[in-house]
Amino acid sequence: MKNIFKISIGFLMVAIAFTSCNDGKSSKSNSALSSSAAEKVYVAPGEHDEFYAFISGGFSGQLSVYGLPSGRLFKVIPVFSQDPEKAYGYNEETKPMLNTSHGFVPWDDAHHPDISQTAGEIDGRWVFINGNNTPRIAKVDLTTFETTEIIEVPNSAGNHSSSFVTENTEYVVAGTRFSVPVPQRDMSIKDYKGNFKGALSFISVDPEDGRMDIKFQILMPGFNYDLSHPGRGKSHGWFFFTTYNTEEANSLLEVNASQNDKDFIAAINWKIIEDYVNKGGGEKMATNYAHNIYDEETHTATSTMKKEVVVVDPTKVPGAVYLLPTPKSPHGCDVDPTGEYIVGNGKLSANLTVHSFTKMQDAIKNKKFDGDAYGIPILKFEDVLAGSVEQPGLGPLHTEFDGKGNAYTTFFISSEVVKWKLGTWEVVDRQPCYYSVGHLMIPGGNSQKPFGKYVVAMNKITKDRYLPTGPEVTQSAQLYDISGDKMELLLDFPTIGEPHYAAGCPADLIKPKSKKIFKLEENKHKYAVKSEADTKVTRNGNEVHIYMSMIRSHFAPDNIEGVKVGDKVYFHVTNLEQDYDVPHGVSMIGANTSELLIMPGQTETFVWEPKQVGVWPFYCTDFCSALHQEMQGYVRVSPASSNIELSWSLGDDF
Amino acid sequence: MKTNLKLLSTIVLLIAFFSCKDNKGTEATTETTTVATPTDTKQGQAFIEGDVAKPNVLQIAIGSKDHTTLVAAVQAAQLENALVNAGPLMVFAPTNEAFAALPEGTVENLLKPENKAKLALILKHHVTPGNYSKDFLKKFKHLGQASNENVTVEVKGDDVYVGGAKIIASVPAGNGIVHVVDKVILPGN
Repeated sequence: MKNIFKISIGFLMVAIAFTSCNDGKSSKSNSALSSSAAEKVYVAPGEHDEFYAFISGGFSGQLSVYGLPSGRLFKVIPVFSQDPEKAYGYNEETKPMLNTSHGFVPWDDAHHPDISQTAGEIDGRWVFINGNNTPRIAKVDLTTFETTEIIEVPNSAGNHSSSFVTENTEYVVAGTRFSVPVPQRDMSIKDYKGNFKGALSFISVDPEDGRMDIKFQILMPGFNYDLSHPGRGKSHGWFFFTTYNTEEANSLLEVNASQNDKDFIAAINWKIIEDYVNKGGGEKMATNYAHNIYDEETHTATSTMKKEVVVVDPTKVPGAVYLLPTPKSPHGCDVDPTGEYIVGNGKLSANLTVHSFTKMQDAIKNKKFDGDAYGIPILKFEDVLAGSVEQPGLGPLHTEFDGKGNAYTTFFISSEVVKWKLGTWEVVDRQPCYYSVGHLMIPGGNSQKPFGKYVVAMNKITKDRYLPTGPEVTQSAQLYDISGDKMELLLDFPTIGEPHYAAGCPADLIKPKSKKIFKLEENKHKYAVKSEADTKVTRNGNEVHIYMSMIRSHFAPDNIEGVKVGDKVYFHVTNLEQDYDVPHGVSMIGANTSELLIMPGQTETFVWEPKQVGVWPFYCTDFCSALHQEMQGYVRVSPASSNIELSWSLGDDF
Repeated sequence: MKTNLKLLSTIVLLIAFFSCKDNKGTEATTETTTVATPTDTKQGQAFIEGDVAKPNVLQIAIGSKDHTTLVAAVQAAQLENALVNAGPLMVFAPTNEAFAALPEGTVENLLKPENKAKLALILKHHVTPGNYSKDFLKKFKHLGQASNENVTVEVKGDDVYVGGAKIIASVPAGNGIVHVVDKVILPGN
């Protein structure tokens, strides 16, 4: 009996095994028709992703580049934080990029990347991103994927409602989170109310080379400015900013900034203000801020201190600024692709408020005002309201659009993405996030033409989603397919730092323009060498300059004598390769800095101050070739009193 | 014989397994795996097991013998996950007695599936985004609740009343605080 039982179990299990195998097959044969998450995110080896996603690193200060739908990480672009891997902020060429009016600031909190646009559509030329802490806006060039410009924003603090571009990248806009005394001065914090100002900065972008310049700053009442987005299409020329703390509290904001039932969305007609400034309006205010530019030909950054900025008092420009009452400390301020709807995500509200641009225009025309705040007209809530999404979730934060009439809003407290319809305001789908989602991104989200195929949710809490790594775990992004009626969770993928916000676009916009090498003949670095024949070592007092080259698989020179303790030795190293993906690295024992990682045709510099007599090696740090391990050299360091002349060589013994 | 049979069935099993695997191997390039999208309602931060962290507001309610009605209501409204996120959340937790004091049949009626939205709204009216001690609450005139309505805050002597309900005990939580109250706070509409 027992045996029979066992046999039957054995057969049963075999049967199950076969069945499950068959099941596998049948689902396979159906997969062309039925939904398959794995298939949807699988990008075969050697194949490319359909979209680029630029995801900010939040408190890492950097910007990371991912592929969608695979979620694969391609590059971490150093922006506001030093990066020893790429020598950013360590080598002599890029140190000026991190200069500010407060001196060298090697870190920031990078929040809201936004891709440049032409005619309301993403053009894939640059990504702009804001540094929150020491207010800065950076520009990343999407041919080199390197930070090429950083401009400090004066009169600002907690540069949060930034860095969003207008529909032809006329401006990249930076709004202050903290209001502060403008200009900064010694005064009591208690005198905040009525005295502090909130600066909204419009930074013009040169259409040719992308050069940034602060065109004007609007000095608004002392609220907190949280997020912003440009008008587009019919509302092009306007910019919308959410505000909170319209109570102007200076302490315990979690209580004191939640007293008003409604705060405001500030609507700014920047075209009117631009015109006013072009005609000489505004006031030139003395200030001090850094403007740092990286030149691709000299491979070198320069930092210039600017001393003046144009400020505009909004009450002096009629018709330019209005306040739209919006419930409960709105966070995200999002404009739909048509430019008609302005969504205020009231983070302490259970409803979503949507304003109508058309109704706002009517209310302005008919002067239907409900008082003013410091002389800025307040429009009546009912007159500008397009509709509300009732009870969609808890803690609304950010809304993006698919270009098909749907909006997608994240809810932090109820941890979900909710899909709803523009115009009818009905909730049509919801999907949980794992866990506590912040912002979300649909490629082309801040434009007239979103690519509504995927949404990426960026979560603040990870807990048990991955293999644990001690108390600190990676923060998580989640990819949903939104091409159908219902959203479908496809993938979790880990991110760098805090994935705060993202911008994305079709890969084809950027891929063909991505640079492969820097042309050696175009290298205008002051210490570049174009061939090994140009390499040399010079001395000027205790400063030694080594003009060095590198190619597979040696340095020239690789033996140097005559360096003395107390010297300041500059290694200016040029990569002579002109082949795609052949960088070389270099590092020197005891150098108090990072390695250099030098791209083909590029020159970089590190400084070494030898403290000890001896013979000290340096070597290539990037596995460059079959003879990578042979790519090395020595520097002889003699006592400070030594009379040994400088000499250098390569292969002299043979 | 017994052993042989076992062995045989094992071998058969293994063959079955390998043949299946081989099969997969040859079709590796076209193979796809169907991953079910999680639709289970028992997913989310509320259901992470083995958490050594300080109990969250939901766990405190679940652990209290005086709040079995509230917990049943939270479960019926499927609001568990809203109570376990980063918050901070301040929950005004009516006792079983407070629910029992409602007109007869009210609770039973609310627990019916067709009244889920109504129940959820009432429960959200007991939740504030924030984390304030009873003493600290004395600074407020009103609180904005997750129901999107306000509740009044009144101070009478040492006692604090929220929406007319008296705070009778307070338990700090990992993601906020639970104030035990003696009444159910009903929203205006």
